[in-house]
Amino acid sequence: MSGATPAFNVLWLQSGGCGGCSMSLLCADTTDFHGQLRQAGINLLWHPSISLQSGRELVDMLQAIVDGQLRLDALCIEGALLRGPHGTGRFHMLAGTGIPMTHWVQQLAAQARHVVAVGSCAAWGGITAAGDNLTDACGLQYLDATPGGLLGAAFRSRSGLPVINIAGCPTHPSWVLDSLMALAANGFTEADLDTLGRPRFYADQLVHHGCTRNEYYEYKASAEKPSDLGCMMEHMGCKGTQVHADCNTRLWNGEGSCTRAGYACIACTEPGFQEPGHPFHETPKFAGIPIGLPTDMPKAWFVALASLSKSATPKRVKVNAVADHLVVKPVARKTTLK
Amino acid sequence: MPRLLVGPFNRVEGDLEVTLDVQQGRVASAHVNSTMYRGFEQILQDKQPHDALVFVPRICGICSVSQSVAAARALADLGSIEVPPNGQIVTNFILATENLADHLMHFYVFFMPDFTHASYARHAWHGEAVARFAPQTGSQTRAATAARQRWFTLLGTLAGKWPHTQCIEPGGSTRAVDAAERIRLLAKVREFRGFLESQLFAAPLEFISSLDSEAALLRWLAEDPLKGDLRMFLTLAQDTGLRHLGPGPGRYLSYGAYPQPGAGFAFAPGVWHAATQTLNAVDAQAIREDATHAWLSDSGGPRHPIQGITQPEPDKPAAYTWNKAPRLDGAVLETGAIARQLASAHPLVRELVGSYGGTVFTRVVARLLELARVVPLMEQWLMQLRPGEAFCVPAQLPSEGTGVGLSEAARGSLGHWMTVQGGRIASYQIVAPTTWNFSPRDAAGTPGALEQALVGAPVLEGETTPVAVQHIVRSFDPCMVCTVH
Repeated sequence: MSGATPAFNVLWLQSGGCGGCSMSLLCADTTDFHGQLRQAGINLLWHPSISLQSGRELVDMLQAIVDGQLRLDALCIEGALLRGPHGTGRFHMLAGTGIPMTHWVQQLAAQARHVVAVGSCAAWGGITAAGDNLTDACGLQYLDATPGGLLGAAFRSRSGLPVINIAGCPTHPSWVLDSLMALAANGFTEADLDTLGRPRFYADQLVHHGCTRNEYYEYKASAEKPSDLGCMMEHMGCKGTQVHADCNTRLWNGEGSCTRAGYACIACTEPGFQEPGHPFHETPKFAGIPIGLPTDMPKAWFVALASLSKSATPKRVKVNAVADHLVVKPVARKTTLK
Repeated sequence: MPRLLVGPFNRVEGDLEVTLDVQQGRVASAHVNSTMYRGFEQILQDKQPHDALVFVPRICGICSVSQSVAAARALADLGSIEVPPNGQIVTNFILATENLADHLMHFYVFFMPDFTHASYARHAWHGEAVARFAPQTGSQTRAATAARQRWFTLLGTLAGKWPHTQCIEPGGSTRAVDAAERIRLLAKVREFRGFLESQLFAAPLEFISSLDSEAALLRWLAEDPLKGDLRMFLTLAQDTGLRHLGPGPGRYLSYGAYPQPGAGFAFAPGVWHAATQTLNAVDAQAIREDATHAWLSDSGGPRHPIQGITQPEPDKPAAYTWNKAPRLDGAVLETGAIARQLASAHPLVRELVGSYGGTVFTRVVARLLELARVVPLMEQWLMQLRPGEAFCVPAQLPSEGTGVGLSEAARGSLGHWMTVQGGRIASYQIVAPTTWNFSPRDAAGTPGALEQALVGAPVLEGETTPVAVQHIVRSFDPCMVCTVH
């Protein structure tokens, strides 16, 4: 592909979001962000943060797409779609046009080969749909886990695919780049999406996989306050054992993840994460047992195993779990490992 | 009078539209419209106070840490929580990482590409500007994007991810640093220093910080007018009249940046009056938000944020934006790196602002100077950490009370005001830097800082999105999503 004219036209627009997915995208793990797009055959028609064209030049481009004069291979929408007040869309007018963004998105989506929701706002409404959702925010094809959204449950783009929901708050740069590159290479089918339209290459994983607090988890040696080293599932609201994403194996910003930095996974790739029904950093419990148990695990087994492992917790693990640095180090023994 | 509607305005964070009345080739008056409303102040109502730390970073993806820091300080104020020195240092470090990334991004990705416009093709430097700063292909744009990516790996370690970290707590930072990690972090800061010293400044950071007069700046420029991207900017600025373009209101606000363990700030707070060359203390009690020209209820007139209300009124006559108009003692203020450098008495910025005012030129110089001044501070902070001592103390929050959190984002002064009743947030008001800079007219009809700065800007024949207007708007590095939240 190197040297060829990029052929896969991508348009990126923002609505009711924070721009964080764009800022995250620019943290992609590459020494040459723009080169990587070009090498994948991706031609960025326009992006609000990194394109030169302003004002009338952009509006003319959007109109050319709507009129079918400019091919659009992927329409990427970042941010929720604001349908209010009273269905008018006036909570977000596309500047300079006097037309609601919801209207532009509907028209552009009708022309696009693929429609991509970048981030949890565009996928489900996300944080913008929190509280009483006075702006009537929704995602492109969902509001929380309910199909519908702006484009409707039956919507299919010209490729035949539903909206591709690259959920996350923000979304991981490599989830976006890998998805766009796969689309550009025609290597993406409906079988590559999970039941919520998320790319399975990251959504078939759990945040728990690769968590560095795994030893603490095994013994239910739990953190009790922010900055503690222990497992955050029991008291600190961590949902990593239930949440679909590969954050602890595909790390963030070089070597990070929420759990590695000492705070709970709040399920930001999941629909409705913004209203968990409990304080984010406290684990809701019933009779002392966390309500949200690990995916696929029967409750009775969890209780039995937790009780057993707690009784067997080594002192090192128990003490370190409630400290912010290693208080008891692993013992060095003069023996070969057996 | 011909009227020009300019938008969408890109390479700013968020959505912006500007209406210009043009007379004899110049802007006679400007109205600034933030065209989107998300409603965070309403979303936060009735939430658990600590949950604000999940919501507020998501106001903005470009200065999310700034929002976190303001919220954490408001919660600390509410609970009278004392942050341990390590927690204070790491919080400052994380905030500085974001602020400097914003300055870098602003210069290379948001601001300089405007000089690659075809309308500048007749200038001798245009080819060089295209080679360095063309979006997607410019050598320096690409190098800066890569440097920014490496820079943010600091926050991979310290914050888990960026944006939208939850590592900043009222009691400190959730990620303790051990001695070995401190050295690794220091190496990354030095890598960024290397980029700045070889590409942006073509000089040591300490030399840039020591430039104390315009004469010294010009002497250094004359040595090699295109060597390094700062000198390229200075050369362009001389040729395109940026020194005088876009003068602001002449009063500058800083809440003080990077509070130090014990007491004091790395950059002192204050309100600088350019006309009288005086620095006054900040009286946050004198802040009022005026919603006369916003699509929001203005019942009861201008309000202090602790009594503030946010209620959309989309059909309100005479309103033209979702942004309120903050005023201090009734005055329009400008905020940002320029205000921090004026309040902290940097001699070069004080002299330049004395000569030209707050303009496109002085705003950009102040921002770049801050890159040179803060990186060495970050190196010092790392060495001040005491591994093994606390980074975070647990926060006990009362069920009734108020909290105020003031901070300095890259773009300027950010304040959060919170009232808690019955263990729930009863009121949460945010006044962001661009709320100040891009405010609409107030009840007295006085235009906001950008609205004033745009008056007099040249509009060339046939321009629909005047390039001078683009320079002025972007010189503030606006953040509209923060503004309207």
